[in-house]
This record gives sequence, structure tokens and C-alpha cells, in this order.
Amino acid sequence: MEIINLKIDNKPVVVKKGTTVLKAAESIGIDIPTLCHMKLDDLNIENKPGGCRVCVVEVKGRRNLAPACCTEATEGMEVSTHTMRVVNARRTVVELILSDHPADCLICAKSGNCELQDLATRLGIREIHYKGEQSTYREDTSPAIIREVNKCVMCRRCETMCNEVQTVGVLSAVNRGFNAVVAPAFEMNLDHSVCTYCGQCVAVCPTGALTEVDETGAVIRALSDPTKTVIVQTAPAVRAALGEEFGMPAGTLVTGKMAAALRRLGFDYVFDTDFAADLTIMEEGTELLGRLSAFMEGDKNVKLPILTSCCPAWVKFFEHQFPELKDIPSTARSPQQMFGSIAKTYFAGKLGVKREDLVVVSIMPCVAKKYESSREEFAVNGNPDVDYALTTRELAQLIKLANLDFRSLPDEDFDQPLGESTGAGVIFGTTGGVIEAAVRTAYEVFTGKSLPRLDFEELRGMDGLRKATIDFNGTPINIGIAHGLGNARKLLEEIQAGTSEFHAIEIMSCPGGCIGGGGQPYHHGNAEILKKRQKAIYAEDKNKKLRKSHENPYIKKLYEEFLGAPLSEKSHHLLHTQYFDRS
Amino acid sequence: MPKIKLAEKAVDLIREICTKFNNDEGELINVLHQVQSKLGYLPAEVQEVIARELNISVAKVYGVVTFYSFFTMLPKGQHPISVCMGTACYVRGAEQVLSEIKRQLSIEVGETTPDGRFSLSCLRCVGACGLAPVVMVGEKVYGRVSPQQVHKIIAEYKEGCAAEAKTA
Repeated sequence: MEIINLKIDNKPVVVKKGTTVLKAAESIGIDIPTLCHMKLDDLNIENKPGGCRVCVVEVKGRRNLAPACCTEATEGMEVSTHTMRVVNARRTVVELILSDHPADCLICAKSGNCELQDLATRLGIREIHYKGEQSTYREDTSPAIIREVNKCVMCRRCETMCNEVQTVGVLSAVNRGFNAVVAPAFEMNLDHSVCTYCGQCVAVCPTGALTEVDETGAVIRALSDPTKTVIVQTAPAVRAALGEEFGMPAGTLVTGKMAAALRRLGFDYVFDTDFAADLTIMEEGTELLGRLSAFMEGDKNVKLPILTSCCPAWVKFFEHQFPELKDIPSTARSPQQMFGSIAKTYFAGKLGVKREDLVVVSIMPCVAKKYESSREEFAVNGNPDVDYALTTRELAQLIKLANLDFRSLPDEDFDQPLGESTGAGVIFGTTGGVIEAAVRTAYEVFTGKSLPRLDFEELRGMDGLRKATIDFNGTPINIGIAHGLGNARKLLEEIQAGTSEFHAIEIMSCPGGCIGGGGQPYHHGNAEILKKRQKAIYAEDKNKKLRKSHENPYIKKLYEEFLGAPLSEKSHHLLHTQYFDRS
Repeated sequence: MPKIKLAEKAVDLIREICTKFNNDEGELINVLHQVQSKLGYLPAEVQEVIARELNISVAKVYGVVTFYSFFTMLPKGQHPISVCMGTACYVRGAEQVLSEIKRQLSIEVGETTPDGRFSLSCLRCVGACGLAPVVMVGEKVYGRVSPQQVHKIIAEYKEGCAAEAKTA
């Protein structure tokens, strides 16, 4: 390994060859401002087009200023990061960006979380010396994501996520010069494109150019309507991240405070999507075992591997890009939709409330869930099973509006019967969790024996593609895990080619799984945050008395009282779905 | 997007061109160049075929098509008219020539006449500054063009077509 010696702001630095000036500076506590650059270390995601020039530094002997994010450190280099020339150039760059940026910070959805706003604050910009034409580009609204292209700074992070990480290929820089924007092909609207609504573009956008559709207003209206019974479900990954919105360290579990906050917001019943995750395991696990048993008995028509189907962006991805594989994923609906369906039948019946008068709100780490809840097949006579799907960020907004001091709220429990969950339901929130939960139940049902252990370390981690073989009492079951749609694509291509070695595959669209979802508090390029959220999810699992879905007493009761058995006719009708060719 | 159905022949032609470049995504510009020279323009449907053949997203193809002013998504006329707006031509009255052409054909820059005969574009310097202002119709160069001459130039092509029609 070659070692490079250089000086940054007169301080000597030793780094590995190949290190950028930006990273070298960071290693000695010099924080050079950036805008377009983004690096998520453990996920191998990097965006460094060197386009914004905010990170310019002076290098002795070099005529022009160098962008620190994409200039390699070289032997004997002498770098200055805050000379007059550098500071002037940096301020000019930011002023020029601001001169073509709407000055509506006060009412912008991204205010307080905007990296351009932070930069202007940090550089002390008090006046924009350049006046000129401003871009005017129509707003594009879809069921989940809003594009406000006037606020785009052409950092190209969204393109990196959409094309390189997710391989969805919706976004590209189009046109030239002043007219350049990031847009779908032929500048069509997102809802006409193959966009999966994974929301990773929203998660990395430094400004307010890409945001989620805000449904907080509709939820407030429902809550204040005395004729409506309003219930809420919260996805597993939300509890591991919501605290960040209130200044708590990443990885703080706020399950109890979240339940307390939702109750104070006026929800009539505070339930948990984790309950529906347990239900998903019962259905999907039974389907997996059914297919496996048929396969072992020599049935050649059985479709293996079985693929998980909890993630709506992943579902839309294969409907567009691999429609010929649409019979392979499990037909089980996602936990969000199972919850909605059970709430508007079983629970509405218990309450004696008409489905039209029951409003189901879900809190999701996800923007694609907004789209999923709007899919026609998840509605009865035009009344959706899930009325509104809010992101973690939108819930934080509601809590702030309700004058709640989140940090001092007591820990409260979920309501019953749709609030009880096991550890298996909790780990749905992270990559590897759904399949681990399925293994815990499938193993016991398949072998008739109690599991010797509950923590399947071999299924956990942050690598984009993972595989493990679990011994089902003499029968080896090969399991594949992918997070990020680019990784999923690799596994799908193996299936297409007939070379897949797996019996079951878990796929989540977002890097890290739902903990890294597009609706979570912004990570601002810090991948450590995702790791901490993942740790919190596993901690919650460990703290649970029950950790296997089939042991959830309320799930048992639901089958006894209402559904009969997994994959029963009623289950098929309420808990399963079909997929469409959207190519 | 308005959908036009591409003739099978056109699809085959695009495929042939892509194959010639080994379906290499790095050859996108060359592929676009050749396809445009054969088909005259690059409508959405053509870009979709190219994207599929080169295994890249259609957004990326569209990005390149819109970046280079040479590429066009609108069909050009039978006789594309280009007015040079380079410095020399500009100061010698190219703008007046351009507005006269616009007036006579009733089209704007970038448009094509409804009968498909003429299209109008501007370009920067054809390297004949001594002849400024310069107008090109197809490959033919007209020098020292005045607004008064515009009618005659256009008529040449109208009559040409009429003559062809007669002999046919």
C-alpha cells in the first residue's frame, strides 16, 4: 500500500494513495464544505461529479483551483482550504447557484433540512450580487413524489441513485446550459415513467427539488371529523428513526414515545404494522413451505425461488422491468396493505363501524407506500384499505404541530387487538429481517421442532448481496438477500438465466432496507446513521418476549375468529394480491 | 407522448446500425448520428428502440439528444433552410433575412412548414464570412442574401417541386 504525505493548511497528513483531498482533510478535522458530493461508505455509493465547485481548494503550483472531492492527494502536495482566493471563489459559486434558486426558504418543504440553505448560512451569504434570468419549470406531482425542478442545483445525486444504485433509469440530465434539468425521458411526468417511487432520489436531494407528497393536512382533517374513527399503524423502521427528528441520537428506540404521541394526536386506536408483519409471515411462510414441499416431491411446475413482496417499490420494479417473472414473488400483500384490509373488515366489524367511517392512516419510512395505498386493487368500491400513508418525517411534523414535547413523553403501549407483535415483526424494518422472520416460523412449521436459536447472524449485515444456507433439520435451504434494486436486478437476471441457486430471496429496494427508506429523517450522506438504526431494530427484537410470528396470540385469535387458516379462501381474498405487466 | 408506430423497416434499420456499433453504449452518439442521417430525425419511438438495443435507459438517450443541437426530434423539411447568425452574417443583416423567411413561410425557427417542404434553423458560422450574410438551403450556399432575394430563393424550390410533379 503506497503512502502519500501532504500538507493541508500547513498541517502534515499521511494518507493511502487514492485518497481525495476532501477525505485527507477530513482525517485531520478540516471540514471542507461540499454540495454535490455524497458518499455512503458501507453501501459503496458515491456521487462526485465535481460539478458544483463548492469544495474548491488552492494547490501550490497549480494554476486553477481544484475541487477537493475529486482531486487525489499526491506526494508533497500543499493544499490551502481557506485562503482569500478560495473563500471568494466558494462564495461566488454559492451566490451564483442562489441567483437561480427560488428564495422561498421560509415556506419550502425542505427548510431546515436543506444543504444549500446550510451552505449559505455557513458561508455567511448576506447578499446575492448576481441578478439574472431564473429557471421556470413546471412542477410534476405523482402519487408519491413531487419534482420542483426550479430548486434543482444539478448535483446529480438523484441520477446516481436512480441509475447506478437502483438501475431504474428514470432520471437523466436533459437539455443544455441554462435549460439543463434532471428529468425523465421526453420530460414526461414521473407517473408515466417506470419510476418505482422508492424515494431514494428524495432521500439524497440536497434541496427541496424532490420531496414527498404531503398528506398531513388530510390526516388532520380526518382527526377532527367527529363522524370518523381514525386508526393508525406504524411500520417497524419508524421507531428506530423518529427520535432523530427531535434531536435524539441516531439509533434511539422511541416505540413507547411514538405510541404516546399518536394517542395525543387524537388517533382512536394506536396499532402496529408489526402485527401485520407477523400476519405476513404466516401467509408468506406458508406459501414458501407449500412451494418447497411441492418442489421436494418432484413437482416440476413449482416456482422457485419465492421472492418476498413487502416492498412496493420492488413490486413496481419487477412489474416494469421483469414482467415475465411476475408469478415468482409471493402473492402475499405487504404488511401495510394486510393491516388495512384486516382493519376495514375484521376490526371494523368488531367496532360496528362502516368501512367508509373508518380511516386507516399508516406511518411509513417510505414514500412508495403512498403509491401502494393508492393502487386500485387495494380498494373496495373506491374506498381504499389504507387511506393515508405518511412518512416518518410527516409524523414528526404532526407531532410538532400538536405542541408535544416528544422527548418528555412517557412510554406507552399499542392498543389491541392489532397492536401486538413479536420480534419477528420488528425486524421487517431492516435488510435481512423479513427472511429471518420467515425462517423462524417456517423452520418450526416444517420440522415440527423448536428452533435451537433465534438470531441468524448469517442473514444480517449491510452487504448489498448476501447469501446463507439454513439447515431445516437435514434439508438445506438456500437464501438470498438483496437491498438496493441494482442488487435485486442481479438476482433476477440469475433467475431469468435459470442459474439461481436460491429457494427464497428477500428483496428491499432501499439501501439498508426500510431503515434507509425514502421517508425517513434525512441522513445527509452519513451511512453510520443507517447502521445505528439497524442495531436499534435488532435490540427491539431481542427485548421482545415473543420473537416468532406464529406465537403472536392475537394472530392466532385472528385466524380462529376470522380467517380460518393461512392461505384459506378468506386469506386469499383479503391478504393476497396479483401483479401486472407494466412493461 | 404521442405514439407513432414505427415501420418494421425503420426498426430493422436502427437495429442494423446499433449492431454495426456492437450495441456498445459508448457509441451512442455515433448511433444517433447515423440513425438521424437515415431517418431525418429522432422521435421518441426511435430513441426507445436505440435505448433497448444499447441496453441503456431511454432517459439517457433523451439526455444526449437534447444536449446536442445537431440532433432533432422534429422532422426536417424536404429543403432545410439554415440562416447563419455568426458575427459577420449578423452584422450584415442576417436577422432581417431571417425574419423575411419566417414571414414568407409562416414558421418559426425550429419548425417545419405544414406541407413538409421547408424547415428553418439558425446556425453559427459556416466559414463563408466573405459572403455574409449566408443562407443555406440543403447543401446549397447562398451568399450576400438580402431580404428582397428571399422570395426568389424560396420560389426556386417551390417551382422545382412543381416541375417534378409535372414530369411525374
